Amino acid sequence: MTDNQPAAVDYWSMVFVFVLSTFIGLGVIRRVSRLLYTPLMSLTNAISAIAVVGSIVVTGADYPATIRILGAVALFASMTNIVSGFLITDRMLKMFKKQ
Amino acid sequence: MTRAVAQLAAILATALFIFSLHWMNDPKTARHAVVAGVTGMLVAVLATWFQPEIVHHGWIVLAIVGGFLVGIPLSLVPLTAVPQRTALSHAFGGLAAGLVGTAEYFLGLGQHGAPLTTFRMSARVAEVILGFLTFTGSLMAAGKLQEVKWIPQRPVTYPGQNFVNIGVLAIAVALGVLVTRQPATAWSPHAFIAIVGLALLFGVLLIIPIGGADMPTVISILNSYAGLSAVAMGFVLGNKLLVTAGALDGSSGLILSIIMCRAMNRSFTNVLFGAFGTVQKIAAVGEQKAWKQETVEGAAQLLEQASSVVIIPGYGMAVAQAQHKVRELYDQLTKRGIKVTFAIHPVAGRMPGHMNVLLAEANIPYTALAEMDEINPEMSQCDVALVIGANDVVNPAARYAKGSPIYGMPIIDADKARTVLAIKRSKNPGFAGIDNELYVQDNTWMLFGDAKAVLGDLVKQFGSGGLH
Repeated sequence: MTDNQPAAVDYWSMVFVFVLSTFIGLGVIRRVSRLLYTPLMSLTNAISAIAVVGSIVVTGADYPATIRILGAVALFASMTNIVSGFLITDRMLKMFKKQ
Repeated sequence: MTRAVAQLAAILATALFIFSLHWMNDPKTARHAVVAGVTGMLVAVLATWFQPEIVHHGWIVLAIVGGFLVGIPLSLVPLTAVPQRTALSHAFGGLAAGLVGTAEYFLGLGQHGAPLTTFRMSARVAEVILGFLTFTGSLMAAGKLQEVKWIPQRPVTYPGQNFVNIGVLAIAVALGVLVTRQPATAWSPHAFIAIVGLALLFGVLLIIPIGGADMPTVISILNSYAGLSAVAMGFVLGNKLLVTAGALDGSSGLILSIIMCRAMNRSFTNVLFGAFGTVQKIAAVGEQKAWKQETVEGAAQLLEQASSVVIIPGYGMAVAQAQHKVRELYDQLTKRGIKVTFAIHPVAGRMPGHMNVLLAEANIPYTALAEMDEINPEMSQCDVALVIGANDVVNPAARYAKGSPIYGMPIIDADKARTVLAIKRSKNPGFAGIDNELYVQDNTWMLFGDAKAVLGDLVKQFGSGGLH
Protein backbone atom coordinates (compact mmCIF):
# COMPACT_ATOMS: atom_id res chain seq x y z
CA MET A 1 0.00 0.00 0.00
CA THR A 2 2.83 2.38 0.79
CA ASP A 3 3.93 2.21 -2.82
CA ASN A 4 0.53 2.97 -4.30
CA GLN A 5 0.49 6.65 -3.52
CA PRO A 6 3.56 7.88 -5.47
CA ALA A 7 2.82 5.44 -8.27
CA ALA A 8 -0.64 6.94 -8.72
CA VAL A 9 0.78 10.45 -8.99
CA ASP A 10 3.43 9.28 -11.41
CA TYR A 11 0.82 7.53 -13.51
CA TRP A 12 -1.27 10.62 -14.14
CA SER A 13 1.66 12.87 -14.98
CA MET A 14 2.87 10.24 -17.48
CA VAL A 15 -0.55 10.03 -19.10
CA PHE A 16 -0.57 13.83 -19.22
CA VAL A 17 2.80 13.90 -21.00
CA PHE A 18 1.65 11.19 -23.41
CA VAL A 19 -1.54 13.00 -24.41
CA LEU A 20 0.19 16.36 -24.86
CA SER A 21 3.07 14.96 -26.90
CA THR A 22 0.64 13.04 -29.11
CA PHE A 23 -1.11 16.33 -29.91
CA ILE A 24 2.21 18.04 -30.60
CA GLY A 25 3.19 15.08 -32.78
CA LEU A 26 -0.05 15.23 -34.78
CA GLY A 27 0.36 18.99 -35.25
CA VAL A 28 3.98 18.82 -36.39
CA ILE A 29 3.66 15.72 -38.57
CA ARG A 30 0.61 17.11 -40.37
CA ARG A 31 2.83 19.86 -41.77
CA VAL A 32 5.60 17.55 -42.98
CA SER A 33 6.19 17.81 -46.74
CA ARG A 34 4.46 14.99 -48.60
CA LEU A 35 7.62 14.54 -50.62
CA LEU A 36 9.46 13.41 -47.50
CA TYR A 37 7.25 10.69 -46.02
CA THR A 38 9.86 7.96 -46.51
CA PRO A 39 12.68 9.88 -44.79
CA LEU A 40 10.15 10.97 -42.15
CA MET A 41 9.52 7.36 -41.28
CA SER A 42 13.21 6.52 -40.97
CA LEU A 43 13.75 9.68 -38.90
CA THR A 44 10.94 8.89 -36.45
CA ASN A 45 12.28 5.32 -36.24
CA ALA A 46 15.64 6.67 -35.17
CA ILE A 47 14.06 9.11 -32.71
CA SER A 48 11.87 6.49 -31.07
CA ALA A 49 15.00 4.38 -30.59
CA ILE A 50 15.52 6.76 -27.65
CA ALA A 51 14.34 3.61 -25.90
CA VAL A 52 18.10 3.06 -25.83
CA VAL A 53 18.25 5.00 -22.55
CA GLY A 54 16.09 2.33 -20.89
CA SER A 55 18.33 -0.41 -22.25
CA ILE A 56 21.46 1.37 -20.99
CA VAL A 57 20.09 1.32 -17.43
CA VAL A 58 19.11 -2.38 -17.62
CA THR A 59 22.50 -3.31 -19.13
CA GLY A 60 24.74 -1.19 -16.95
CA ALA A 61 23.17 -1.29 -13.48
CA ASP A 62 24.12 -3.80 -10.81
CA TYR A 63 21.57 -6.44 -11.85
CA PRO A 64 21.83 -10.24 -12.32
CA ALA A 65 23.66 -11.27 -15.50
CA THR A 66 20.61 -12.83 -17.22
CA ILE A 67 18.73 -9.53 -16.89
CA ARG A 68 21.71 -7.59 -18.21
CA ILE A 69 21.93 -9.89 -21.25
CA LEU A 70 18.33 -9.00 -22.14
CA GLY A 71 19.30 -5.35 -21.71
CA ALA A 72 22.36 -5.68 -23.92
CA VAL A 73 20.36 -7.29 -26.75
CA ALA A 74 17.76 -4.49 -26.46
CA LEU A 75 20.56 -1.92 -26.46
CA PHE A 76 22.05 -3.47 -29.60
CA ALA A 77 18.64 -3.41 -31.34
CA SER A 78 18.00 0.25 -30.44
CA MET A 79 21.51 1.28 -31.39
CA THR A 80 21.12 -0.36 -34.80
CA ASN A 81 17.97 1.71 -35.33
CA ILE A 82 19.66 4.92 -34.28
CA VAL A 83 22.68 4.44 -36.54
CA SER A 84 20.88 3.12 -39.62
CA GLY A 85 17.88 5.43 -39.13
CA PHE A 86 19.80 8.71 -39.01
CA LEU A 87 22.30 7.70 -41.70
CA ILE A 88 19.69 6.57 -44.23
CA THR A 89 17.50 9.62 -43.52
CA ASP A 90 20.42 11.89 -44.31
CA ARG A 91 21.31 9.84 -47.37
CA MET A 92 17.79 10.23 -48.75
CA LEU A 93 17.42 13.92 -47.86
CA LYS A 94 20.67 14.70 -49.70
CA MET A 95 19.01 13.50 -52.91
CA PHE A 96 16.17 16.02 -52.85
CA LYS A 97 17.42 18.85 -55.05
CA LYS A 98 15.56 21.82 -56.43
CA GLN A 99 17.26 21.94 -59.81
CA MET B 1 23.10 16.98 -9.19
CA THR B 2 23.44 14.30 -11.86
CA ARG B 3 19.66 13.77 -11.56
CA ALA B 4 19.03 17.41 -12.41
CA VAL B 5 21.43 17.16 -15.33
CA ALA B 6 19.55 14.09 -16.58
CA GLN B 7 16.22 15.92 -16.35
CA LEU B 8 17.61 18.94 -18.22
CA ALA B 9 19.09 16.67 -20.86
CA ALA B 10 15.70 14.99 -21.33
CA ILE B 11 13.97 18.35 -21.80
CA LEU B 12 16.63 19.49 -24.26
CA ALA B 13 16.38 16.22 -26.20
CA THR B 14 12.57 16.52 -26.37
CA ALA B 15 12.81 20.04 -27.76
CA LEU B 16 15.41 18.96 -30.33
CA PHE B 17 13.21 16.04 -31.47
CA ILE B 18 10.23 18.33 -31.99
CA PHE B 19 12.36 20.78 -33.97
CA SER B 20 13.73 17.87 -35.95
CA LEU B 21 10.24 16.85 -37.07
CA HIS B 22 9.31 20.49 -37.66
CA TRP B 23 12.18 20.93 -40.13
CA MET B 24 10.83 18.07 -42.21
CA ASN B 25 8.11 20.42 -43.49
CA ASP B 26 10.31 21.57 -46.37
CA PRO B 27 13.02 19.75 -48.35
CA LYS B 28 15.15 22.91 -48.02
CA THR B 29 15.43 22.65 -44.22
CA ALA B 30 15.06 18.90 -43.93
CA ARG B 31 18.74 18.13 -43.43
CA HIS B 32 18.74 20.23 -40.23
CA ALA B 33 16.26 17.65 -38.98
CA VAL B 34 18.96 14.98 -38.90
CA VAL B 35 21.41 17.24 -37.08
CA ALA B 36 18.80 18.09 -34.44
CA GLY B 37 17.81 14.44 -34.06
CA VAL B 38 21.39 13.21 -33.66
CA THR B 39 22.18 15.97 -31.15
CA GLY B 40 19.10 15.16 -29.08
CA MET B 41 19.98 11.48 -29.10
CA LEU B 42 23.58 12.11 -28.09
CA VAL B 43 22.56 14.39 -25.21
CA ALA B 44 20.06 11.84 -23.88
CA VAL B 45 22.41 8.85 -24.18
CA LEU B 46 25.36 10.58 -22.50
CA ALA B 47 23.23 11.95 -19.67
CA THR B 48 21.89 8.45 -18.99
CA TRP B 49 25.26 6.78 -19.24
CA PHE B 50 26.78 9.10 -16.61
CA GLN B 51 24.12 8.27 -14.02
CA PRO B 52 25.61 6.83 -10.83
CA GLU B 53 23.65 3.53 -11.04
CA ILE B 54 25.47 2.61 -14.26
CA VAL B 55 28.39 0.60 -12.91
CA HIS B 56 29.12 -1.88 -15.72
CA HIS B 57 30.32 -0.37 -18.98
CA GLY B 58 31.76 -3.29 -20.95
CA TRP B 59 28.50 -4.68 -22.33
CA ILE B 60 27.19 -1.20 -23.10
CA VAL B 61 30.22 -0.46 -25.26
CA LEU B 62 29.93 -3.89 -26.89
CA ALA B 63 26.24 -3.41 -27.75
CA ILE B 64 26.87 0.08 -29.12
CA VAL B 65 29.73 -1.15 -31.30
CA GLY B 66 27.48 -3.99 -32.50
CA GLY B 67 24.78 -1.44 -33.33
CA PHE B 68 27.22 0.48 -35.51
CA LEU B 69 28.48 -2.69 -37.22
CA VAL B 70 24.95 -3.71 -38.24
CA GLY B 71 23.47 -0.23 -38.59
CA ILE B 72 25.94 1.18 -41.10
CA PRO B 73 25.44 -1.55 -43.75
CA LEU B 74 21.67 -1.33 -43.17
CA SER B 75 21.79 2.36 -44.03
CA LEU B 76 23.44 1.64 -47.39
CA VAL B 77 20.74 -0.60 -48.90
CA PRO B 78 19.42 0.28 -52.38
CA LEU B 79 16.45 2.63 -52.22
CA THR B 80 14.10 -0.02 -53.57
CA ALA B 81 14.89 -1.94 -50.35
CA VAL B 82 14.09 0.96 -48.01
CA PRO B 83 10.63 -0.44 -47.16
CA GLN B 84 12.24 -3.69 -45.92
CA ARG B 85 14.80 -1.78 -43.90
CA THR B 86 12.05 0.31 -42.37
CA ALA B 87 10.04 -2.78 -41.44
CA LEU B 88 13.19 -4.32 -39.96
CA SER B 89 13.80 -1.25 -37.82
CA HIS B 90 10.22 -1.43 -36.54
CA ALA B 91 11.03 -5.04 -35.62
CA PHE B 92 14.16 -3.96 -33.72
CA GLY B 93 12.21 -1.23 -31.92
CA GLY B 94 9.55 -3.73 -30.87
CA LEU B 95 12.18 -6.26 -29.78
CA ALA B 96 13.97 -3.69 -27.59
CA ALA B 97 10.71 -2.73 -25.89
CA GLY B 98 9.67 -6.34 -25.36
CA LEU B 99 13.04 -7.34 -23.89
CA VAL B 100 13.22 -4.39 -21.50
CA GLY B 101 9.64 -5.10 -20.36
CA THR B 102 10.55 -8.73 -19.70
CA ALA B 103 13.75 -7.75 -17.88
CA GLU B 104 11.88 -5.26 -15.70
CA TYR B 105 9.27 -7.84 -14.73
CA PHE B 106 11.84 -10.40 -13.60
CA LEU B 107 13.80 -7.67 -11.81
CA GLY B 108 10.70 -6.71 -9.86
CA LEU B 109 10.04 -10.38 -9.13
CA GLY B 110 13.56 -10.79 -7.74
CA GLN B 111 13.16 -7.65 -5.57
CA HIS B 112 15.92 -5.88 -7.47
CA GLY B 113 13.85 -3.36 -9.32
CA ALA B 114 10.72 -1.33 -8.80
CA PRO B 115 7.96 -3.14 -6.85
CA LEU B 116 5.26 -4.78 -8.97
CA THR B 117 2.39 -2.36 -8.47
CA THR B 118 -0.79 -2.69 -10.52
CA PHE B 119 0.09 0.30 -12.65
CA ARG B 120 3.63 -0.85 -13.37
CA MET B 121 2.44 -4.38 -14.09
CA SER B 122 -0.24 -3.30 -16.55
CA ALA B 123 2.26 -1.02 -18.33
CA ARG B 124 4.73 -3.91 -18.46
CA VAL B 125 2.16 -6.30 -19.93
CA ALA B 126 1.16 -3.69 -22.53
CA GLU B 127 4.82 -3.10 -23.39
CA VAL B 128 5.56 -6.80 -23.81
CA ILE B 129 2.46 -7.52 -25.94
CA LEU B 130 2.98 -4.46 -28.17
CA GLY B 131 6.74 -4.94 -28.40
CA PHE B 132 6.75 -8.62 -29.32
CA LEU B 133 3.80 -8.45 -31.74
CA THR B 134 5.52 -5.54 -33.49
CA PHE B 135 8.71 -7.62 -33.59
CA THR B 136 7.34 -10.68 -35.40
CA GLY B 137 4.76 -8.70 -37.40
CA SER B 138 7.44 -6.41 -38.76
CA LEU B 139 9.79 -9.31 -39.47
CA MET B 140 7.00 -10.93 -41.51
CA ALA B 141 6.36 -7.66 -43.34
CA ALA B 142 10.08 -7.24 -44.04
CA GLY B 143 10.22 -10.84 -45.29
CA LYS B 144 7.27 -10.31 -47.63
CA LEU B 145 8.79 -7.12 -49.00
CA GLN B 146 12.19 -8.76 -49.47
CA GLU B 147 10.38 -11.67 -51.14
CA VAL B 148 12.01 -14.24 -48.87
CA LYS B 149 11.21 -17.67 -50.30
CA TRP B 150 9.56 -19.36 -47.32
CA ILE B 151 7.23 -16.44 -46.56
CA PRO B 152 4.21 -16.56 -48.88
CA GLN B 153 3.80 -13.37 -50.93
CA ARG B 154 0.13 -13.82 -51.61
CA PRO B 155 -2.25 -13.38 -48.68
CA VAL B 156 -2.75 -16.61 -46.73
CA THR B 157 -6.32 -17.02 -45.55
CA TYR B 158 -8.33 -19.83 -43.96
CA PRO B 159 -11.83 -20.08 -42.53
CA GLY B 160 -12.20 -18.60 -39.06
CA GLN B 161 -8.95 -16.67 -39.39
CA ASN B 162 -10.15 -13.51 -37.68
CA PHE B 163 -11.64 -15.63 -34.91
CA VAL B 164 -8.27 -17.35 -34.32
CA ASN B 165 -6.34 -14.06 -34.43
CA ILE B 166 -8.59 -12.25 -32.01
CA GLY B 167 -8.67 -15.37 -29.82
CA VAL B 168 -4.87 -15.43 -29.51
CA LEU B 169 -4.78 -11.75 -28.60
CA ALA B 170 -7.66 -12.17 -26.14
CA ILE B 171 -5.88 -15.02 -24.31
CA ALA B 172 -2.72 -12.91 -24.06
CA VAL B 173 -4.68 -9.96 -22.65
CA ALA B 174 -6.58 -12.20 -20.21
CA LEU B 175 -3.31 -13.70 -18.94
CA GLY B 176 -2.02 -10.14 -18.66
CA VAL B 177 -4.91 -9.20 -16.41
CA LEU B 178 -4.23 -12.27 -14.23
CA VAL B 179 -0.52 -11.52 -13.94
CA THR B 180 -1.25 -7.89 -13.16
CA ARG B 181 -3.55 -8.89 -10.31
CA GLN B 182 -1.14 -11.51 -8.92
CA PRO B 183 2.35 -10.69 -10.18
CA ALA B 184 4.37 -12.76 -7.72
CA THR B 185 2.69 -16.13 -7.24
CA ALA B 186 4.26 -19.40 -8.34
CA TRP B 187 2.53 -19.50 -11.74
CA SER B 188 2.98 -15.81 -12.59
CA PRO B 189 6.38 -16.04 -14.33
CA HIS B 190 5.05 -18.90 -16.51
CA ALA B 191 1.99 -16.85 -17.42
CA PHE B 192 4.27 -13.92 -18.27
CA ILE B 193 6.36 -16.11 -20.60
CA ALA B 194 3.12 -17.39 -22.15
CA ILE B 195 2.11 -13.78 -22.87
CA VAL B 196 5.43 -13.26 -24.66
CA GLY B 197 4.83 -16.39 -26.76
CA LEU B 198 1.27 -15.42 -27.64
CA ALA B 199 2.32 -11.89 -28.62
CA LEU B 200 5.04 -13.31 -30.89
CA LEU B 201 2.48 -15.65 -32.47
CA PHE B 202 -0.10 -12.90 -32.90
CA GLY B 203 2.39 -10.73 -34.83
CA VAL B 204 2.85 -13.52 -37.38
CA LEU B 205 -0.88 -14.28 -37.65
CA LEU B 206 -1.66 -10.60 -38.13
CA ILE B 207 0.54 -10.21 -41.21
CA ILE B 208 0.09 -13.49 -43.14
CA PRO B 209 -3.36 -12.56 -44.54
CA ILE B 210 -2.11 -9.20 -45.85
CA GLY B 211 -1.08 -8.84 -49.48
CA GLY B 212 1.63 -6.79 -51.16
CA ALA B 213 -0.69 -3.98 -52.28
CA ASP B 214 -1.45 -3.14 -48.65
CA MET B 215 2.19 -2.92 -47.56
CA PRO B 216 2.35 0.91 -47.46
CA THR B 217 -0.52 0.89 -44.96
CA VAL B 218 0.83 -2.03 -42.94
CA ILE B 219 4.27 -0.44 -42.59
CA SER B 220 2.62 2.75 -41.32
CA ILE B 221 0.50 0.85 -38.80
CA LEU B 222 3.54 -1.08 -37.56
CA ASN B 223 5.36 2.26 -37.27
CA SER B 224 2.60 3.40 -34.97
CA TYR B 225 2.86 0.19 -32.89
CA ALA B 226 6.63 0.59 -32.58
CA GLY B 227 6.07 4.11 -31.27
CA LEU B 228 3.43 2.93 -28.82
CA SER B 229 5.71 0.18 -27.50
CA ALA B 230 8.33 2.86 -26.79
CA VAL B 231 5.62 4.82 -24.94
CA ALA B 232 4.76 1.73 -22.88
CA MET B 233 8.45 1.33 -22.07
CA GLY B 234 8.47 4.94 -20.87
CA PHE B 235 5.53 4.16 -18.58
CA VAL B 236 7.34 1.11 -17.20
CA LEU B 237 10.57 2.97 -16.52
CA GLY B 238 8.89 6.21 -15.44
CA ASN B 239 10.81 8.00 -18.18
CA LYS B 240 9.03 10.99 -19.75
CA LEU B 241 11.53 11.35 -22.59
CA LEU B 242 10.62 7.86 -23.80
CA VAL B 243 6.93 8.68 -23.58
CA THR B 244 7.40 11.88 -25.60
CA ALA B 245 9.61 10.40 -28.32
CA GLY B 246 7.39 7.31 -28.57
CA ALA B 247 4.28 9.49 -28.87
CA LEU B 248 5.89 11.50 -31.69
CA ASP B 249 6.69 8.25 -33.53
CA GLY B 250 3.24 6.84 -32.82
CA SER B 251 1.40 9.90 -34.08
CA SER B 252 3.56 9.97 -37.20
CA GLY B 253 2.65 6.35 -37.92
CA LEU B 254 -1.01 7.13 -37.25
CA ILE B 255 -1.13 10.07 -39.69
CA LEU B 256 0.68 8.10 -42.40
CA SER B 257 -1.70 5.14 -41.90
CA ILE B 258 -4.72 7.41 -42.30
CA ILE B 259 -3.27 8.97 -45.46
CA MET B 260 -2.49 5.54 -46.92
CA CYS B 261 -5.94 4.18 -46.09
CA ARG B 262 -7.59 7.21 -47.65
CA ALA B 263 -5.44 6.84 -50.76
CA MET B 264 -6.79 3.30 -51.18
CA ASN B 265 -10.30 4.02 -49.94
CA ARG B 266 -9.98 1.41 -47.20
CA SER B 267 -10.47 1.42 -43.47
CA PHE B 268 -7.98 0.22 -40.84
CA THR B 269 -10.06 -2.81 -39.98
CA ASN B 270 -10.46 -3.59 -43.64
CA VAL B 271 -6.69 -3.61 -44.18
CA LEU B 272 -6.01 -5.72 -41.09
CA PHE B 273 -8.87 -8.15 -41.44
CA GLY B 274 -9.95 -7.82 -45.06
CA ALA B 275 -7.22 -9.80 -46.89
CA PHE B 276 -7.03 -7.59 -49.97
CA GLY B 277 -6.02 -9.43 -53.10
CA THR B 278 -8.17 -12.48 -52.48
CA VAL B 279 -11.19 -10.98 -54.21
CA GLN B 280 -9.87 -10.96 -57.72
CA LYS B 281 -12.53 -12.59 -59.77
CA ILE B 282 -14.68 -9.88 -61.22
CA ALA B 283 -16.54 -9.83 -64.50
CA ALA B 284 -14.79 -8.00 -67.32
CA VAL B 285 -16.24 -4.53 -67.76
CA GLY B 286 -18.06 -4.02 -71.05
CA GLU B 287 -16.98 -5.60 -74.30
CA GLN B 288 -13.35 -6.55 -74.64
CA LYS B 289 -11.64 -4.00 -76.85
CA ALA B 290 -8.20 -4.49 -78.29
CA TRP B 291 -5.30 -2.24 -77.49
CA LYS B 292 -3.39 -0.29 -80.09
CA GLN B 293 0.34 -0.65 -80.16
CA GLU B 294 2.64 2.26 -80.98
CA THR B 295 6.22 2.22 -82.22
CA VAL B 296 9.01 3.95 -80.35
CA GLU B 297 9.41 6.38 -83.27
CA GLY B 298 5.74 7.28 -83.15
CA ALA B 299 5.82 7.74 -79.38
CA ALA B 300 8.87 10.01 -79.64
CA GLN B 301 7.06 12.10 -82.21
CA LEU B 302 3.98 12.39 -79.99
CA LEU B 303 6.14 13.51 -77.07
CA GLU B 304 8.06 16.01 -79.16
CA GLN B 305 4.92 17.70 -80.41
CA ALA B 306 3.51 18.05 -76.91
CA SER B 307 3.81 21.20 -74.85
CA SER B 308 3.01 19.53 -71.55
CA VAL B 309 3.81 15.95 -70.56
CA VAL B 310 2.76 14.25 -67.33
CA ILE B 311 4.74 11.14 -66.39
CA ILE B 312 2.94 8.70 -64.09
CA PRO B 313 5.47 6.29 -62.57
CA GLY B 314 4.53 3.11 -60.73
CA TYR B 315 6.55 0.57 -58.81
CA GLY B 316 7.10 -1.31 -62.09
CA MET B 317 9.42 1.52 -63.10
CA ALA B 318 11.59 0.92 -60.05
CA VAL B 319 11.55 -2.85 -60.55
CA ALA B 320 12.86 -2.33 -64.07
CA GLN B 321 15.51 0.05 -62.67
CA ALA B 322 14.32 2.60 -65.22
CA GLN B 323 14.60 5.76 -63.08
CA HIS B 324 17.80 6.94 -64.74
CA LYS B 325 16.36 6.49 -68.24
CA VAL B 326 13.32 8.46 -67.08
CA ARG B 327 15.67 11.21 -66.02
CA GLU B 328 17.33 11.22 -69.47
CA LEU B 329 13.93 11.47 -71.13
CA TYR B 330 13.04 14.30 -68.73
CA ASP B 331 16.24 16.12 -69.76
CA GLN B 332 15.55 15.67 -73.46
CA LEU B 333 11.98 16.95 -73.16
CA THR B 334 12.72 19.95 -70.89
CA LYS B 335 15.59 20.90 -73.22
CA ARG B 336 12.97 21.30 -75.94
CA GLY B 337 10.87 23.58 -73.76
CA ILE B 338 8.29 20.92 -72.96
CA LYS B 339 6.83 21.13 -69.46
CA VAL B 340 7.30 17.78 -67.74
CA THR B 341 5.57 16.95 -64.45
CA PHE B 342 5.65 13.71 -62.48
CA ALA B 343 2.29 12.73 -61.01
CA ILE B 344 2.76 10.78 -57.79
CA HIS B 345 -0.03 8.69 -56.32
CA PRO B 346 0.18 8.47 -52.49
CA VAL B 347 0.54 4.68 -52.64
CA ALA B 348 2.98 4.61 -55.57
CA GLY B 349 5.83 2.41 -54.41
CA ARG B 350 5.87 0.19 -51.37
CA MET B 351 5.82 2.66 -48.51
CA PRO B 352 4.61 6.23 -48.01
CA GLY B 353 6.64 8.63 -50.17
CA HIS B 354 8.68 5.83 -51.75
CA MET B 355 8.30 7.05 -55.35
CA ASN B 356 9.55 10.54 -54.46
CA VAL B 357 12.76 9.07 -53.06
CA LEU B 358 13.27 6.79 -56.07
CA LEU B 359 12.91 9.77 -58.45
CA ALA B 360 15.08 12.03 -56.30
CA GLU B 361 17.82 9.41 -56.46
CA ALA B 362 17.75 9.71 -60.25
CA ASN B 363 18.36 13.47 -59.84
CA ILE B 364 14.91 14.53 -60.85
CA PRO B 365 14.30 17.87 -59.07
CA TYR B 366 11.56 17.69 -56.46
CA THR B 367 9.97 20.79 -57.99
CA ALA B 368 8.93 18.57 -60.92
CA LEU B 369 7.00 16.19 -58.66
CA ALA B 370 3.28 16.77 -58.13
CA GLU B 371 0.85 15.05 -55.82
CA MET B 372 -2.30 13.45 -57.19
CA ASP B 373 -4.57 16.22 -55.84
CA GLU B 374 -2.46 18.95 -57.44
CA ILE B 375 -2.19 17.34 -60.86
CA ASN B 376 -5.69 15.95 -61.41
CA PRO B 377 -7.38 19.31 -62.17
CA GLU B 378 -4.69 19.94 -64.80
CA MET B 379 -4.89 16.57 -66.54
CA SER B 380 -7.32 17.75 -69.23
CA GLN B 381 -4.75 20.34 -70.36
CA CYS B 382 -2.04 17.72 -70.58
CA ASP B 383 -1.00 16.70 -74.10
CA VAL B 384 0.62 13.37 -73.31
CA ALA B 385 0.28 11.27 -70.17
CA LEU B 386 3.13 8.76 -70.07
CA VAL B 387 2.31 5.82 -67.77
CA ILE B 388 5.42 3.85 -66.74
CA GLY B 389 4.84 0.65 -64.81
CA ALA B 390 1.75 2.01 -63.03
CA ASN B 391 -1.53 0.16 -63.34
CA ASP B 392 -4.19 0.22 -60.63
CA VAL B 393 -3.56 3.87 -59.72
CA VAL B 394 -4.62 4.95 -63.25
CA ASN B 395 -7.48 2.47 -63.71
CA PRO B 396 -10.72 4.36 -64.46
CA ALA B 397 -12.70 1.38 -63.13
CA ALA B 398 -11.97 2.72 -59.64
CA ARG B 399 -14.51 5.49 -60.35
CA TYR B 400 -17.54 3.38 -61.17
CA ALA B 401 -17.02 -0.42 -61.17
CA LYS B 402 -18.73 -1.26 -57.88
CA GLY B 403 -17.60 -4.90 -57.81
CA SER B 404 -13.94 -4.08 -58.29
CA PRO B 405 -11.56 -4.31 -55.32
CA ILE B 406 -10.19 -0.90 -56.22
CA TYR B 407 -13.64 0.75 -56.42
CA GLY B 408 -13.60 4.15 -54.73
CA MET B 409 -9.83 4.43 -54.68
CA PRO B 410 -8.74 7.91 -55.82
CA ILE B 411 -6.78 7.67 -59.08
CA ILE B 412 -4.62 9.88 -61.24
CA ASP B 413 -6.84 10.97 -64.15
CA ALA B 414 -4.47 9.82 -66.87
CA ASP B 415 -7.43 8.99 -69.10
CA LYS B 416 -8.36 12.69 -69.30
CA ALA B 417 -5.13 13.62 -71.06
CA ARG B 418 -5.33 14.25 -74.83
CA THR B 419 -3.12 11.26 -75.55
CA VAL B 420 -2.02 8.43 -73.27
CA LEU B 421 1.18 6.45 -73.79
CA ALA B 422 1.53 3.43 -71.54
CA ILE B 423 4.69 1.37 -71.16
CA LYS B 424 3.86 -2.10 -69.92
CA ARG B 425 6.08 -5.13 -69.51
CA SER B 426 3.55 -7.79 -70.36
CA LYS B 427 -0.02 -8.04 -71.52
CA ASN B 428 -1.15 -9.47 -68.17
CA PRO B 429 -3.33 -7.55 -65.70
CA GLY B 430 -1.75 -5.71 -62.75
CA PHE B 431 -1.11 -6.75 -59.18
CA ALA B 432 -4.73 -6.71 -58.11
CA GLY B 433 -5.60 -8.84 -61.14
CA ILE B 434 -7.94 -6.29 -62.65
CA ASP B 435 -8.25 -5.41 -66.33
CA ASN B 436 -7.37 -1.82 -67.00
CA GLU B 437 -9.58 -0.18 -69.58
CA LEU B 438 -7.26 2.80 -69.78
CA TYR B 439 -5.17 0.64 -72.08
CA VAL B 440 -7.99 0.13 -74.58
CA GLN B 441 -9.20 3.72 -74.71
CA ASP B 442 -9.38 5.41 -78.11
CA ASN B 443 -6.62 7.86 -77.22
CA THR B 444 -4.27 5.32 -75.62
CA TRP B 445 -1.24 3.85 -77.33
CA MET B 446 0.67 0.98 -75.78
CA LEU B 447 4.42 0.41 -75.78
CA PHE B 448 5.09 -3.17 -74.72
CA GLY B 449 8.45 -4.14 -73.29
CA ASP B 450 10.82 -3.68 -70.39
CA ALA B 451 10.47 -0.07 -69.16
CA LYS B 452 14.21 0.52 -69.12
CA ALA B 453 14.68 -0.76 -72.68
CA VAL B 454 11.67 1.12 -74.07
CA LEU B 455 12.73 4.38 -72.40
CA GLY B 456 16.29 3.85 -73.62
CA ASP B 457 15.02 3.53 -77.19
CA LEU B 458 12.86 6.64 -76.74
CA VAL B 459 15.81 8.67 -75.49
CA LYS B 460 17.87 7.43 -78.45
CA GLN B 461 15.20 8.79 -80.81
CA PHE B 462 15.71 12.22 -79.27
CA GLY B 463 19.48 11.98 -79.13
CA SER B 464 20.08 10.54 -82.61
CA GLY B 465 19.14 13.76 -84.31
CA GLY B 466 16.21 12.16 -86.03
CA LEU B 467 13.99 14.63 -84.24
CA HIS B 468 14.56 18.35 -83.92
